[in-house]
Order: sequence, then C-alpha cells, then structure tokens
Amino acid sequence: MDYERIERRARAGERTRKTVTYVLLTLWALIVLFPFYWMLLSSVKSYSAYNAEHVPAFFTLQPTLENYVTAFTGVPLARYFVNTIIFTVATTGLMLCVIIFAAYAFARLKFRGKNLLFSLFLALMMIPNELVVITNFVTITNWNMRNTFWGLILPSVTSVFYIYLLKENFEQIPEELYKAAKVDGTSDLKYLFKVMLPICRPTVVTVIILKVIECWNSYVWPRLITDEAAYFLVSNGIQELRENGFGRENVPAMMAAVVVISVPLIVLFLIFRNKIMAGVSRGGTKG
Amino acid sequence: MEQNNRKAWLYLLPAIAFLGVFMVYPLVDVLVYSFEERFNFASQTYTGVGWYNYAHVLRDPYFLQAVKNTFILVIITVPLSTGLALLISLGLNSIKPLRQAYQTVFFLPYVTNTLAVGLVFMILFKKTAYSDGMINLLIEAFGGEAVDFIDGPYWAKMLVMCLYTVWVVMPFKILILTSALASVNQDYYKAARVDGTSKWRIFTRITLPMISPMIFYLVITGFIGAFKAYSDEVAIFGTDLNVAGMNTIVGYVYDMLYGNSGGYPSYASAAALILFVIVFTITVINLMISKKAT
Repeated sequence: MDYERIERRARAGERTRKTVTYVLLTLWALIVLFPFYWMLLSSVKSYSAYNAEHVPAFFTLQPTLENYVTAFTGVPLARYFVNTIIFTVATTGLMLCVIIFAAYAFARLKFRGKNLLFSLFLALMMIPNELVVITNFVTITNWNMRNTFWGLILPSVTSVFYIYLLKENFEQIPEELYKAAKVDGTSDLKYLFKVMLPICRPTVVTVIILKVIECWNSYVWPRLITDEAAYFLVSNGIQELRENGFGRENVPAMMAAVVVISVPLIVLFLIFRNKIMAGVSRGGTKG
Repeated sequence: MEQNNRKAWLYLLPAIAFLGVFMVYPLVDVLVYSFEERFNFASQTYTGVGWYNYAHVLRDPYFLQAVKNTFILVIITVPLSTGLALLISLGLNSIKPLRQAYQTVFFLPYVTNTLAVGLVFMILFKKTAYSDGMINLLIEAFGGEAVDFIDGPYWAKMLVMCLYTVWVVMPFKILILTSALASVNQDYYKAARVDGTSKWRIFTRITLPMISPMIFYLVITGFIGAFKAYSDEVAIFGTDLNVAGMNTIVGYVYDMLYGNSGGYPSYASAAALILFVIVFTITVINLMISKKAT
C-alpha cells in the first residue's frame, strides 16, 4: 500500500521532469526556427501586403513568388551565387591538393628537419587570421589581384590544422600495407591515391565539409578584396543589398534573397546530416 | 624507410610556399608595420620607429569603445551560451523519442550564412515608421514599451548583439556537449543508482567532473571566438559600426585598413597586436585555471 504510493509519486515526478524537458527543448527549437520561418514567410508576402501590415501576420493566404523574381532581377544575385560556387570549389580543390601532399610527406616520408618543420607548422596554428590579414591585403593589392578570383582564393588554400588532421589519419595506416604495395611495385603516388586516400576518406570528407561551410560563409576577406559587384560573394551581396539594393524598404525581396542564399547549405546539411555533425565535432571551431 | 629528402621537400613545397607568403611573412610584417610611425601607404614612407602607433590606438575613443563592446560581449555571451548549451544537452541526453529531430534543428544555425540570418534578426528587432517590428509587438503585448533595438539606446543594441551571438554559437557547443555526455561510462550511473544517489549529486559528482575537460575546451574556444567577433555585428548593424557605436576590436582593425576610415595599416597592425596580446593572456589564464581544476 505505502509502497504503491511511493512508486506512483516517483512515476509522477519522472513524468513532470520529462514534460519540463520537452517544453524547454521545444522552446529552444522555436527560437532557432523562428528566424527561418520569418524569412520564408516574409519572402512570399507581396510588397504591398508586407508594408500594409502594422502588426505582421504570422501566415499569409496569398503567397507569391514575385519577390524571388525581384531578387534575381533587381540585383545580380545569380552572379553572386556563381561567384561563390567558383570560389568554394576552387579553394577547396586547391587546398586539398596542397594539404594531401604535405600530410603525405609528414606521415610517410623521412627527411632531415621533419620534426622541426612539423613543430613550426603546429606553432602556426596559434596565429589568428586577424593578425595576418593586414599584410595579405597589402600583398594582394600590390600584386594587382584585387577584384580577381586569385586574390580571393590564394590566401586560404592552406590550413595547418587540416594538414595535421590528415597526417594523424595517414599515420594510422599500417606500415605493412606500404611494404606490400612496394613489393608489388606500386609507386608512391599511386599508393597515396589508390590506398591511403580511400582509407582516409572520412577525414577527407570532414575537411571538405568544413571548408565548404567556411567558404560559403566567408565575409571579411572577400569584402577587403572586392569592391566590384562582379566579384561579390553571397555574403557581400547580402550586405550590399542591405545597404543599397532594391531600395531600403523592400524587405520581402531581401528575404527572398536571404532564403535563396541559405537554402544550399541547409539542403546539404539535411542530406549529409551525420557526416557534417561528426565532421564539425572533430574539427569545427565556430563558436 | 629510406631518406627521401628531395621528394619530401617537393611534396611540401606548395604548403610551405603558401604558408610562407600568407602567414609567416605577414607575421613579421605586422610587427614591422606596427612600429613604423606615421606610415603613409601611398608614398610608402614613415617618419620614425617607435611606439607611436600603439599610443595613438590606445588613445583613440573608437578603439576604446570597441574594446568595451568586445569585453561586454565576451563576458555576457561565453558563460550564457555555455550554460545554456549544457542545460540543453542534458535535456537532449535524458530523452529518447524525437532526440534526433531536436539535434537536427539545434544544429541549423551552424550551416547558415551569418550575414543572411543577421538580416532577419535585424528585421525582427527593428522599429520602423510602418511597424514596430515583431519583437516590439511581443513586448507591447506583455505591457512593455517598444524600443528601437537597432538604432536605439546602447543597452538595447548590446542586447540584440548578445542574443544573436548566442544564437550563432550554440550549435557547436550543444554538439560537443551532447557527445561528451553520451561518452560518459554508463557504469558510473548504474553504480550511483544502486547506491540511491540523488540526481543533483549524480550531476555534480559524476557528470560534471567527467565532462569538465570539454566544458573548459568550449570556454577557451568561446573566449577566443567572442574576442574576434565582427561579422555578426556587421550583419545586424551594417558596415559602419563606429557610427552605430557597436564596433568590435576586429572591426576596428578592418576599419583602419579599409573603407572610408581606412588606409592606416600601421594603426591596424598595432590594434591587431593588442588584440592578440589580450586573447593570448586570457587563453593562458584559462588554461591555468583548467589545469588546476582537473
């Protein structure tokens, strides 16, 4: 009898705790989702409807796509998009070449000064980007590379951290595999591309994911290096839009542009959810 | 393994070249710049060598404002976001149904363009002639008074800045803490349950000590990240942060380098080095505390 009551009370307590947990988690989920909902909503309201609302409506019965048309015709949004894709692909591709060879040398080859050089590389990891950006800006300006893709890409094609990540992974591959390959007469390069890289694919994918997110969101360096709209990336495009696109008050069109810019990464995330989350927890830094 | 000097250096050549040009050389150069007094970018001349640039930056009211803003931002957002992330991760770890869905939603801010979502935040908080804006209507519904969060009083602007920063940094922290919590050995909890240990005691005596290295890691990276805040501020207040009174140290560096107030790489260098010293000192202090605590 008494026993039963204790048990019932414990179960009730457990239930309250569960409810409170769910309520709090849902609250945070709403805080996270609300800006996304709002931009989607505002982007399908017509310009006149949006500006007529003193109290913004939480839904709309006459969704329209006209803002998306304005977003692409009013400003060169497609141009910004293509620029960002070129920038992202080129930077990521070049960086992969650079870091794969460097990581291979550190993990697989023996040479004089290896430990010293690796320590120097690691020391560079502590240098914040803000410290070197000033000179890089001057360098790129002196090379007449402002408003070019090379100027955008070159300073960010190496990352000591990714070299380190890949080198650690390369070193886990057993030595016997290399010897076996050597006996079969496989060249070093072939061994790297046919054996090591496939084995280390998860790390390579992690690096690619992190770099793509970084490129898609980069703002500071592109802003320094480009002042012609023809070379703007999406972030600069958004900022430009905000300061003098569409006329300041056309919020729906702005929101349409924001949706268009946000969608690619979100779709990518929903497809590769687990890979991206695992990758970020291994090597992410933002925050 | 045989020695293969030449091949190794060949493989390393691209990395060394890029790092040399875009990291090592700039590191030396930034020091040189910061000591060249009254450096003129156009004529590439300077009047002397000394501490003038540092003195100038440290006397500049814009810089002092930026330092103040950055410190307030750091002091508010780092503990707040870490604590909130811990709370949410504990909640996530205690439920089973819908856990994946919540995790997916919570991670979304990480994969969005901060400039783009910042614009949405601005719209939500802004008070215009037509409408008081979403947030102000909420405040009014609860009987408060509308404030212009974007062009209004300092505390209101700081509030939006902190809120947005927390919103942006949460995904990473939640992700790290949930995986830290999941990796705590379940045997400890079983043993505690057998002993009839209370929930609070389990949390303070088992969970917290087990995940404390990760919490320290998040605090350290959080400090470093918050000290370098810049693009989130641009997203909300626009590129002219000095006019908004919301500049950060990094923002000051870029303003000195480029834009309407730009063209002073030596002031920018001095400010960047001051920032580096601040961040370095705080990181060392953090590391010392975490060593002592664990």
